[in-house]
Amino acid sequence: MPEVLDVAVRLVAIVAAFLVLPLVAGQMEHKAMAHMQARLGPMYAGGFHGWAQLIADGVKFVQKEDVIPAAADRRVFGLAPGVALVPYLVVMVVIPVGPGLVGVDLDAGLFFVLAVMGVGVLGSIMAGWSSGNKYSLMGGMRSAAQLMSYELPLVLAASSVAMAAGTLSLPGIVEAWQWWWLPWQAIGGVVFFTAGLAELRRPPFDMPLAESEIIMGPMTEYTGIRFAFFLLAEYAGIIVLSALTGVLFLGGWHGPLLPGPVWMLLKVFALVFVVIWLRVSYPRLREDQLQKLAWAGLVPLALVQLALTGVVKVLAV
Amino acid sequence: MTEAVPSYLSPTGQEIVFLLLGAMAVGSALLVVTTRQLVHAALWLVVCFGALAGCYLVLTAEFVAWVQVLIYVGAVIVLLLFGIMLTRAPIGRTADLDSGNRAVAAVVAVATAAVLVTVVVDGFRNAYAPLDPGAGSAGELGSAIFRNWVLPFEALSVLLLAALIGAIVISRTDIRGRD
Repeated sequence: MPEVLDVAVRLVAIVAAFLVLPLVAGQMEHKAMAHMQARLGPMYAGGFHGWAQLIADGVKFVQKEDVIPAAADRRVFGLAPGVALVPYLVVMVVIPVGPGLVGVDLDAGLFFVLAVMGVGVLGSIMAGWSSGNKYSLMGGMRSAAQLMSYELPLVLAASSVAMAAGTLSLPGIVEAWQWWWLPWQAIGGVVFFTAGLAELRRPPFDMPLAESEIIMGPMTEYTGIRFAFFLLAEYAGIIVLSALTGVLFLGGWHGPLLPGPVWMLLKVFALVFVVIWLRVSYPRLREDQLQKLAWAGLVPLALVQLALTGVVKVLAV
Repeated sequence: MTEAVPSYLSPTGQEIVFLLLGAMAVGSALLVVTTRQLVHAALWLVVCFGALAGCYLVLTAEFVAWVQVLIYVGAVIVLLLFGIMLTRAPIGRTADLDSGNRAVAAVVAVATAAVLVTVVVDGFRNAYAPLDPGAGSAGELGSAIFRNWVLPFEALSVLLLAALIGAIVISRTDIRGRD
Protein backbone atom coordinates (compact mmCIF):
# COMPACT_ATOMS: atom_id res chain seq x y z
CA MET A 1 0.00 0.00 0.00
CA PRO A 2 2.73 2.57 0.78
CA GLU A 3 4.17 1.93 -2.71
CA VAL A 4 0.85 2.66 -4.40
CA LEU A 5 0.54 5.83 -2.34
CA ASP A 6 4.10 6.82 -3.28
CA VAL A 7 3.38 6.39 -7.00
CA ALA A 8 0.10 8.27 -6.67
CA VAL A 9 1.76 11.22 -4.90
CA ARG A 10 4.48 11.38 -7.57
CA LEU A 11 1.96 11.30 -10.41
CA VAL A 12 -0.21 13.99 -8.82
CA ALA A 13 2.90 16.17 -8.34
CA ILE A 14 3.88 15.68 -11.99
CA VAL A 15 0.40 16.50 -13.29
CA ALA A 16 0.32 19.58 -11.05
CA ALA A 17 3.73 20.68 -12.38
CA PHE A 18 2.49 20.04 -15.92
CA LEU A 19 -0.54 22.25 -15.34
CA VAL A 20 1.18 25.07 -13.45
CA LEU A 21 4.72 25.50 -14.86
CA PRO A 22 3.69 26.08 -18.52
CA LEU A 23 1.25 28.76 -17.37
CA VAL A 24 3.99 30.45 -15.35
CA ALA A 25 6.25 30.31 -18.41
CA GLY A 26 3.46 31.75 -20.56
CA GLN A 27 2.79 34.59 -18.14
CA MET A 28 6.53 35.24 -17.93
CA GLU A 29 6.66 35.44 -21.72
CA HIS A 30 3.78 37.97 -21.78
CA LYS A 31 5.38 40.18 -19.16
CA ALA A 32 9.08 39.89 -20.09
CA MET A 33 8.36 40.43 -23.76
CA ALA A 34 6.16 43.42 -22.99
CA HIS A 35 8.81 45.08 -20.85
CA MET A 36 11.53 44.40 -23.43
CA GLN A 37 9.35 46.20 -25.97
CA ALA A 38 8.59 49.09 -23.57
CA ARG A 39 5.00 47.96 -23.01
CA LEU A 40 3.29 46.85 -19.80
CA GLY A 41 1.65 43.63 -21.02
CA PRO A 42 -1.43 42.26 -19.27
CA MET A 43 -2.34 44.46 -16.28
CA TYR A 44 -6.03 43.86 -15.41
CA ALA A 45 -6.93 40.16 -15.12
CA GLY A 46 -6.63 39.04 -11.50
CA GLY A 47 -5.69 42.50 -10.24
CA PHE A 48 -1.97 42.31 -9.49
CA HIS A 49 -0.03 42.91 -12.74
CA GLY A 50 -2.47 40.74 -14.68
CA TRP A 51 -1.34 37.50 -13.08
CA ALA A 52 -4.54 35.66 -14.08
CA GLN A 53 -4.35 36.58 -17.77
CA LEU A 54 -3.68 33.04 -18.99
CA ILE A 55 -6.43 31.58 -16.79
CA ALA A 56 -8.81 34.12 -18.31
CA ASP A 57 -7.54 33.14 -21.77
CA GLY A 58 -8.20 29.50 -20.92
CA VAL A 59 -11.78 30.24 -19.88
CA LYS A 60 -12.25 32.18 -23.11
CA PHE A 61 -10.88 29.32 -25.23
CA VAL A 62 -13.19 26.79 -23.58
CA GLN A 63 -16.24 28.92 -24.39
CA LYS A 64 -15.37 29.39 -28.06
CA GLU A 65 -17.00 27.36 -30.79
CA ASP A 66 -15.02 24.32 -31.89
CA VAL A 67 -14.84 24.75 -35.65
CA ILE A 68 -13.74 21.90 -37.91
CA PRO A 69 -13.36 22.97 -41.55
CA ALA A 70 -15.51 21.10 -44.06
CA ALA A 71 -12.48 20.04 -46.10
CA ALA A 72 -10.63 18.68 -43.07
CA ASP A 73 -9.96 15.07 -42.20
CA ARG A 74 -12.02 15.10 -39.00
CA ARG A 75 -10.42 12.23 -37.07
CA VAL A 76 -6.81 13.27 -37.64
CA PHE A 77 -7.75 16.92 -37.11
CA GLY A 78 -9.19 16.07 -33.71
CA LEU A 79 -6.31 13.83 -32.66
CA ALA A 80 -3.50 16.22 -33.60
CA PRO A 81 -3.59 18.55 -30.54
CA GLY A 82 -3.47 15.52 -28.24
CA VAL A 83 -0.53 14.03 -30.10
CA ALA A 84 1.25 17.38 -29.76
CA LEU A 85 0.54 17.78 -26.03
CA VAL A 86 0.70 14.32 -24.40
CA PRO A 87 4.39 13.54 -25.15
CA TYR A 88 5.52 16.50 -23.02
CA LEU A 89 3.40 15.26 -20.10
CA VAL A 90 4.96 11.80 -20.47
CA VAL A 91 8.48 13.24 -20.63
CA MET A 92 7.96 15.09 -17.34
CA VAL A 93 7.66 11.70 -15.59
CA VAL A 94 11.40 11.03 -15.92
CA ILE A 95 12.85 14.51 -15.25
CA PRO A 96 14.51 14.64 -11.83
CA VAL A 97 14.11 17.80 -9.73
CA GLY A 98 16.07 16.66 -6.67
CA PRO A 99 17.84 13.60 -5.23
CA GLY A 100 15.13 10.91 -5.33
CA LEU A 101 12.55 13.44 -6.54
CA VAL A 102 11.69 11.89 -9.91
CA GLY A 103 8.61 10.11 -11.24
CA VAL A 104 10.44 7.03 -12.50
CA ASP A 105 14.18 6.47 -12.77
CA LEU A 106 14.45 4.77 -16.16
CA ASP A 107 17.66 3.00 -17.08
CA ALA A 108 17.59 4.52 -20.58
CA GLY A 109 15.86 7.74 -19.46
CA LEU A 110 17.80 9.98 -21.85
CA PHE A 111 16.74 7.93 -24.87
CA PHE A 112 13.18 7.80 -23.57
CA VAL A 113 13.05 11.59 -23.39
CA LEU A 114 14.50 12.15 -26.86
CA ALA A 115 12.25 9.47 -28.40
CA VAL A 116 9.04 10.76 -26.85
CA MET A 117 9.84 14.42 -27.62
CA GLY A 118 10.25 13.48 -31.30
CA VAL A 119 6.70 12.08 -31.30
CA GLY A 120 5.30 15.50 -30.38
CA VAL A 121 6.22 16.91 -33.77
CA LEU A 122 3.94 14.31 -35.41
CA GLY A 123 1.08 16.33 -33.89
CA SER A 124 1.94 19.42 -35.88
CA ILE A 125 2.49 17.42 -39.08
CA MET A 126 -0.91 15.74 -38.59
CA ALA A 127 -2.52 19.12 -37.90
CA GLY A 128 -0.91 20.61 -41.00
CA TRP A 129 -2.09 17.84 -43.29
CA SER A 130 -5.58 17.29 -41.91
CA SER A 131 -6.64 20.94 -41.97
CA GLY A 132 -7.22 20.87 -45.70
CA ASN A 133 -5.53 24.25 -46.08
CA LYS A 134 -2.47 24.87 -48.22
CA TYR A 135 -0.81 27.16 -45.67
CA SER A 136 -1.27 24.52 -42.99
CA LEU A 137 0.19 21.86 -45.26
CA MET A 138 3.25 24.02 -45.91
CA GLY A 139 3.63 24.56 -42.18
CA GLY A 140 3.39 20.82 -41.56
CA MET A 141 6.03 20.12 -44.20
CA ARG A 142 8.33 22.75 -42.74
CA SER A 143 7.85 21.16 -39.30
CA ALA A 144 8.82 17.77 -40.68
CA ALA A 145 11.89 19.13 -42.46
CA GLN A 146 12.94 21.02 -39.35
CA LEU A 147 12.54 18.00 -37.08
CA MET A 148 14.58 15.80 -39.40
CA SER A 149 17.52 18.17 -39.52
CA TYR A 150 17.58 19.18 -35.84
CA GLU A 151 17.00 15.73 -34.32
CA LEU A 152 20.55 14.69 -35.20
CA PRO A 153 22.48 17.48 -33.37
CA LEU A 154 20.07 17.12 -30.44
CA VAL A 155 20.79 13.41 -30.02
CA LEU A 156 24.54 13.86 -30.62
CA ALA A 157 24.84 16.62 -28.00
CA ALA A 158 22.83 14.60 -25.48
CA SER A 159 24.94 11.50 -26.05
CA SER A 160 28.08 13.52 -25.27
CA VAL A 161 26.77 14.03 -21.72
CA ALA A 162 25.78 10.37 -21.48
CA MET A 163 29.35 9.47 -22.46
CA ALA A 164 30.79 11.79 -19.83
CA ALA A 165 28.54 10.42 -17.08
CA GLY A 166 28.73 6.80 -18.22
CA THR A 167 24.99 6.33 -17.82
CA LEU A 168 21.75 7.05 -19.69
CA SER A 169 19.70 7.53 -16.54
CA LEU A 170 18.84 11.21 -15.93
CA PRO A 171 19.27 11.14 -12.12
CA GLY A 172 22.50 9.18 -12.70
CA ILE A 173 23.78 11.93 -15.01
CA VAL A 174 23.02 14.65 -12.47
CA GLU A 175 24.71 12.65 -9.70
CA ALA A 176 27.84 12.22 -11.82
CA TRP A 177 27.92 15.95 -12.66
CA GLN A 178 30.90 18.05 -11.53
CA TRP A 179 31.28 21.83 -11.80
CA TRP A 180 34.07 21.53 -14.39
CA TRP A 181 31.61 19.86 -16.76
CA LEU A 182 30.28 23.40 -17.42
CA PRO A 183 33.23 24.42 -19.64
CA TRP A 184 33.83 20.81 -20.77
CA GLN A 185 30.28 20.31 -22.11
CA ALA A 186 29.64 23.96 -23.05
CA ILE A 187 29.56 23.41 -26.83
CA GLY A 188 27.21 20.48 -26.40
CA GLY A 189 24.98 22.56 -24.15
CA VAL A 190 24.63 25.35 -26.71
CA VAL A 191 23.99 22.85 -29.51
CA PHE A 192 21.38 20.99 -27.44
CA PHE A 193 19.54 24.14 -26.42
CA THR A 194 19.54 25.58 -29.96
CA ALA A 195 18.42 22.33 -31.56
CA GLY A 196 15.77 21.94 -28.88
CA LEU A 197 14.44 25.42 -29.64
CA ALA A 198 14.25 24.48 -33.30
CA GLU A 199 12.39 21.30 -32.45
CA LEU A 200 9.87 23.35 -30.45
CA ARG A 201 9.52 25.71 -33.42
CA ARG A 202 10.21 28.72 -31.21
CA PRO A 203 11.44 31.97 -32.73
CA PRO A 204 13.95 32.44 -34.36
CA PHE A 205 13.18 28.94 -35.66
CA ASP A 206 9.45 29.49 -36.20
CA MET A 207 9.49 29.10 -39.97
CA PRO A 208 6.71 26.46 -39.74
CA LEU A 209 4.41 29.03 -38.12
CA ALA A 210 5.70 32.20 -39.83
CA GLU A 211 2.54 34.26 -39.35
CA SER A 212 3.59 36.87 -41.87
CA GLU A 213 3.55 34.39 -44.77
CA ILE A 214 1.61 31.24 -43.89
CA ILE A 215 -0.74 32.72 -41.24
CA MET A 216 -0.12 30.29 -38.35
CA GLY A 217 1.13 27.20 -40.19
CA PRO A 218 -0.40 23.95 -38.93
CA MET A 219 -2.54 25.79 -36.37
CA THR A 220 -4.26 28.11 -38.86
CA GLU A 221 -7.61 26.28 -38.82
CA TYR A 222 -7.73 25.56 -35.10
CA THR A 223 -10.01 27.40 -32.70
CA GLY A 224 -11.09 27.18 -29.10
CA ILE A 225 -9.81 24.49 -26.80
CA ARG A 226 -7.88 22.61 -29.49
CA PHE A 227 -5.87 25.75 -30.27
CA ALA A 228 -5.31 26.22 -26.54
CA PHE A 229 -3.88 22.68 -26.40
CA PHE A 230 -1.34 23.63 -29.07
CA LEU A 231 -0.34 26.72 -27.08
CA LEU A 232 -0.09 24.65 -23.89
CA ALA A 233 2.06 22.11 -25.77
CA GLU A 234 4.40 24.93 -26.81
CA TYR A 235 4.85 26.22 -23.25
CA ALA A 236 5.13 22.70 -21.83
CA GLY A 237 7.79 22.09 -24.47
CA ILE A 238 9.70 25.18 -23.30
CA ILE A 239 9.59 23.90 -19.71
CA VAL A 240 10.70 20.41 -20.75
CA LEU A 241 13.55 21.73 -22.91
CA SER A 242 14.76 24.07 -20.15
CA ALA A 243 14.54 21.32 -17.54
CA LEU A 244 16.44 18.90 -19.76
CA THR A 245 19.16 21.44 -20.54
CA GLY A 246 19.37 22.11 -16.82
CA VAL A 247 19.61 18.42 -15.96
CA LEU A 248 22.09 17.49 -18.67
CA PHE A 249 24.38 20.51 -18.88
CA LEU A 250 23.88 22.73 -15.82
CA GLY A 251 23.98 20.11 -13.09
CA GLY A 252 20.28 19.89 -12.22
CA TRP A 253 19.84 20.18 -8.45
CA HIS A 254 23.54 20.89 -7.70
CA GLY A 255 24.26 24.32 -6.24
CA PRO A 256 25.46 25.99 -3.02
CA LEU A 257 23.30 27.13 -0.05
CA LEU A 258 19.77 26.68 -1.41
CA PRO A 259 18.04 23.27 -1.41
CA GLY A 260 18.26 21.16 -4.58
CA PRO A 261 14.74 21.54 -6.03
CA VAL A 262 14.99 25.33 -5.66
CA TRP A 263 18.20 25.34 -7.69
CA MET A 264 16.54 23.19 -10.31
CA LEU A 265 13.57 25.59 -10.59
CA LEU A 266 15.93 28.59 -10.73
CA LYS A 267 17.89 27.01 -13.58
CA VAL A 268 14.71 26.07 -15.44
CA PHE A 269 13.28 29.57 -15.26
CA ALA A 270 16.60 31.23 -16.10
CA LEU A 271 16.59 29.14 -19.28
CA VAL A 272 12.92 29.94 -19.94
CA PHE A 273 13.91 33.61 -19.74
CA VAL A 274 16.65 32.99 -22.31
CA VAL A 275 14.07 31.34 -24.59
CA ILE A 276 11.86 34.42 -24.36
CA TRP A 277 14.84 36.76 -24.76
CA LEU A 278 15.87 34.98 -27.97
CA ARG A 279 12.34 35.32 -29.30
CA VAL A 280 12.38 39.06 -28.82
CA SER A 281 15.95 39.57 -30.07
CA TYR A 282 16.35 37.59 -33.26
CA PRO A 283 14.49 37.79 -36.59
CA ARG A 284 13.10 34.59 -38.04
CA LEU A 285 15.57 32.45 -39.99
CA ARG A 286 14.76 31.70 -43.61
CA GLU A 287 14.21 28.04 -44.52
CA ASP A 288 17.60 27.62 -46.24
CA GLN A 289 19.37 29.41 -43.37
CA LEU A 290 17.62 27.04 -40.95
CA GLN A 291 18.83 23.97 -42.78
CA LYS A 292 22.32 25.41 -43.18
CA LEU A 293 22.58 26.18 -39.47
CA ALA A 294 21.64 22.59 -38.60
CA TRP A 295 23.81 20.72 -41.08
CA ALA A 296 26.80 23.05 -41.47
CA GLY A 297 26.78 24.52 -37.96
CA LEU A 298 25.28 22.37 -35.24
CA VAL A 299 26.12 18.87 -36.49
CA PRO A 300 29.89 19.55 -36.83
CA LEU A 301 29.88 21.33 -33.46
CA ALA A 302 28.14 18.36 -31.83
CA LEU A 303 30.73 16.03 -33.39
CA VAL A 304 33.54 18.24 -32.05
CA GLN A 305 31.93 18.03 -28.60
CA LEU A 306 31.69 14.23 -28.87
CA ALA A 307 35.38 14.01 -29.82
CA LEU A 308 36.33 16.36 -26.97
CA THR A 309 34.30 14.32 -24.48
CA GLY A 310 35.91 11.12 -25.70
CA VAL A 311 39.46 12.48 -25.51
CA VAL A 312 39.06 13.94 -22.01
CA LYS A 313 37.29 10.80 -20.81
CA VAL A 314 40.07 8.53 -22.06
CA LEU A 315 42.92 10.74 -20.80
CA ALA A 316 41.36 11.44 -17.40
CA VAL A 317 40.63 7.81 -16.48
CA MET B 1 16.43 -21.49 -21.56
CA THR B 2 14.70 -24.86 -21.09
CA GLU B 3 13.27 -24.87 -17.66
CA ALA B 4 9.93 -26.14 -16.49
CA VAL B 5 7.43 -24.97 -19.10
CA PRO B 6 4.46 -23.22 -17.53
CA SER B 7 1.05 -24.19 -18.85
CA TYR B 8 -0.38 -22.19 -21.73
CA LEU B 9 -3.75 -22.25 -20.02
CA SER B 10 -2.83 -19.90 -17.20
CA PRO B 11 -1.01 -17.00 -18.86
CA THR B 12 0.74 -14.42 -16.73
CA GLY B 13 -0.07 -10.74 -16.95
CA GLN B 14 3.04 -10.11 -19.07
CA GLU B 15 1.98 -12.76 -21.58
CA ILE B 16 -1.50 -11.28 -21.91
CA VAL B 17 -0.10 -7.77 -22.46
CA PHE B 18 2.37 -9.14 -24.99
CA LEU B 19 -0.41 -10.92 -26.91
CA LEU B 20 -2.58 -7.81 -26.92
CA LEU B 21 0.31 -5.67 -28.19
CA GLY B 22 1.06 -8.27 -30.84
CA ALA B 23 -2.56 -8.26 -31.99
CA MET B 24 -2.44 -4.45 -32.10
CA ALA B 25 0.74 -4.52 -34.21
CA VAL B 26 -0.70 -7.04 -36.68
CA GLY B 27 -4.07 -5.26 -36.85
CA SER B 28 -2.56 -1.83 -37.51
CA ALA B 29 -0.13 -3.33 -40.03
CA LEU B 30 -3.12 -4.79 -41.92
CA LEU B 31 -4.78 -1.37 -41.83
CA VAL B 32 -1.61 0.17 -43.28
CA VAL B 33 -1.95 -1.92 -46.43
CA THR B 34 -5.74 -1.92 -46.68
CA THR B 35 -6.65 1.71 -45.94
CA ARG B 36 -7.61 3.80 -48.95
CA GLN B 37 -6.15 6.99 -47.55
CA LEU B 38 -2.46 7.52 -48.16
CA VAL B 39 -1.63 9.58 -45.08
CA HIS B 40 -3.74 7.34 -42.84
CA ALA B 41 -1.51 4.43 -43.90
CA ALA B 42 1.54 6.31 -42.60
CA LEU B 43 -0.29 7.15 -39.36
CA TRP B 44 -1.36 3.52 -38.84
CA LEU B 45 2.31 2.64 -39.27
CA VAL B 46 2.98 4.85 -36.20
CA VAL B 47 0.54 2.70 -34.19
CA CYS B 48 2.19 -0.46 -35.54
CA PHE B 49 5.70 0.70 -34.56
CA GLY B 50 4.42 1.86 -31.18
CA ALA B 51 2.89 -1.56 -30.47
CA LEU B 52 6.15 -3.19 -31.55
CA ALA B 53 8.06 -0.96 -29.12
CA GLY B 54 5.59 -2.05 -26.45
CA CYS B 55 6.37 -5.69 -27.26
CA TYR B 56 10.09 -4.98 -26.79
CA LEU B 57 9.32 -3.33 -23.47
CA VAL B 58 7.38 -6.35 -22.21
CA LEU B 59 10.34 -8.52 -23.22
CA THR B 60 12.55 -6.27 -20.96
CA ALA B 61 14.44 -4.88 -23.99
CA GLU B 62 14.01 -1.32 -22.73
CA PHE B 63 16.77 0.28 -24.78
CA VAL B 64 15.66 -1.32 -28.05
CA ALA B 65 12.10 -0.12 -27.40
CA TRP B 66 13.12 3.55 -27.03
CA VAL B 67 15.44 3.36 -30.03
CA GLN B 68 12.53 1.90 -31.99
CA VAL B 69 10.41 4.93 -31.08
CA LEU B 70 13.25 7.41 -31.69
CA ILE B 71 14.29 6.06 -35.09
CA TYR B 72 11.10 4.66 -36.58
CA VAL B 73 8.37 6.90 -35.18
CA GLY B 74 10.50 10.01 -34.77
CA ALA B 75 12.53 9.87 -37.97
CA VAL B 76 11.36 7.28 -40.51
CA ILE B 77 7.65 8.13 -40.28
CA VAL B 78 8.37 11.85 -40.31
CA LEU B 79 10.47 11.31 -43.43
CA LEU B 80 7.67 9.22 -44.97
CA LEU B 81 5.04 11.88 -44.21
CA PHE B 82 7.34 14.59 -45.57
CA GLY B 83 7.79 12.60 -48.76
CA ILE B 84 4.05 12.01 -49.13
CA MET B 85 3.23 15.67 -48.52
CA LEU B 86 5.91 16.80 -50.95
CA THR B 87 4.39 14.74 -53.77
CA ARG B 88 0.68 14.23 -53.17
CA ALA B 89 -1.32 14.01 -49.98
CA PRO B 90 -5.02 14.22 -50.84
CA ILE B 91 -7.53 14.28 -48.00
CA GLY B 92 -10.06 11.49 -48.48
CA ARG B 93 -9.92 8.30 -50.48
CA THR B 94 -7.55 7.72 -53.37
CA ALA B 95 -8.78 5.34 -56.06
CA ASP B 96 -5.46 4.31 -57.61
CA LEU B 97 -3.66 3.07 -54.51
CA ASP B 98 -3.89 -0.58 -55.50
CA SER B 99 -0.90 -1.98 -57.33
CA GLY B 100 -1.19 -4.60 -60.04
CA ASN B 101 1.25 -6.77 -58.13
CA ARG B 102 -1.17 -7.27 -55.23
CA ALA B 103 -1.55 -11.03 -55.69
CA VAL B 104 2.19 -11.61 -56.02
CA ALA B 105 2.88 -9.45 -52.97
CA ALA B 106 0.31 -11.33 -50.90
CA VAL B 107 1.86 -14.67 -51.89
CA VAL B 108 5.37 -13.45 -51.01
CA ALA B 109 4.17 -12.04 -47.67
CA VAL B 110 2.32 -15.22 -46.70
CA ALA B 111 5.29 -17.37 -47.77
CA THR B 112 7.74 -15.25 -45.73
CA ALA B 113 5.47 -15.36 -42.70
CA ALA B 114 5.09 -19.15 -43.08
CA VAL B 115 8.87 -19.66 -43.25
CA LEU B 116 9.48 -17.46 -40.21
CA VAL B 117 6.73 -19.01 -38.12
CA THR B 118 7.87 -22.55 -39.00
CA VAL B 119 11.48 -21.78 -38.14
CA VAL B 120 10.58 -20.15 -34.83
CA VAL B 121 8.13 -22.87 -33.83
CA ASP B 122 10.53 -25.61 -34.87
CA GLY B 123 13.57 -24.08 -33.25
CA PHE B 124 12.05 -23.10 -29.89
CA ARG B 125 9.24 -25.63 -29.63
CA ASN B 126 9.09 -25.89 -25.86
CA ALA B 127 11.89 -23.53 -24.89
CA TYR B 128 10.94 -21.07 -22.19
CA ALA B 129 13.04 -18.00 -21.42
CA PRO B 130 12.33 -16.36 -18.07
CA LEU B 131 12.27 -12.56 -18.28
CA ASP B 132 14.78 -10.95 -15.94
CA PRO B 133 14.34 -7.20 -15.57
CA GLY B 134 17.49 -5.39 -16.67
CA ALA B 135 18.69 -8.07 -19.10
CA GLY B 136 17.98 -5.72 -22.02
CA SER B 137 19.31 -2.54 -20.42
CA ALA B 138 21.64 -0.19 -22.25
CA GLY B 139 24.68 -1.38 -20.30
CA GLU B 140 24.10 -5.09 -21.01
CA LEU B 141 23.38 -4.39 -24.65
CA GLY B 142 26.46 -2.18 -25.05
CA SER B 143 28.84 -4.73 -23.59
CA ALA B 144 27.27 -7.51 -25.68
CA ILE B 145 27.65 -5.50 -28.90
CA PHE B 146 31.18 -4.27 -28.26
CA ARG B 147 32.54 -7.51 -26.77
CA ASN B 148 30.87 -10.34 -28.67
CA TRP B 149 29.41 -8.77 -31.78
CA VAL B 150 31.98 -6.15 -32.81
CA LEU B 151 32.55 -7.60 -36.27
CA PRO B 152 28.89 -7.61 -37.39
CA PHE B 153 28.54 -4.14 -35.88
CA GLU B 154 31.50 -2.79 -37.86
CA ALA B 155 30.35 -4.56 -41.03
CA LEU B 156 26.95 -2.89 -40.66
CA SER B 157 28.49 0.53 -40.12
CA VAL B 158 30.57 0.15 -43.30
CA LEU B 159 27.39 -0.82 -45.16
CA LEU B 160 25.62 2.30 -43.86
CA LEU B 161 28.61 4.46 -44.79
CA ALA B 162 28.50 3.05 -48.32
CA ALA B 163 24.78 3.90 -48.55
CA LEU B 164 25.49 7.40 -47.25
CA ILE B 165 28.22 8.04 -49.83
CA GLY B 166 25.96 6.59 -52.51
CA ALA B 167 23.19 9.03 -51.57
CA ILE B 168 25.60 11.97 -51.76
CA VAL B 169 26.91 10.88 -55.16
CA ILE B 170 23.42 10.44 -56.57
CA SER B 171 22.09 13.75 -55.26
CA ARG B 172 25.03 15.88 -56.41
CA THR B 173 24.84 16.97 -60.00
CA ASP B 174 28.49 18.01 -60.27
CA ILE B 175 29.72 14.43 -59.80
CA ARG B 176 29.27 12.59 -63.06
CA GLY B 177 29.58 8.94 -63.93
CA ARG B 178 31.85 7.76 -66.76
CA ASP B 179 29.96 7.94 -70.02
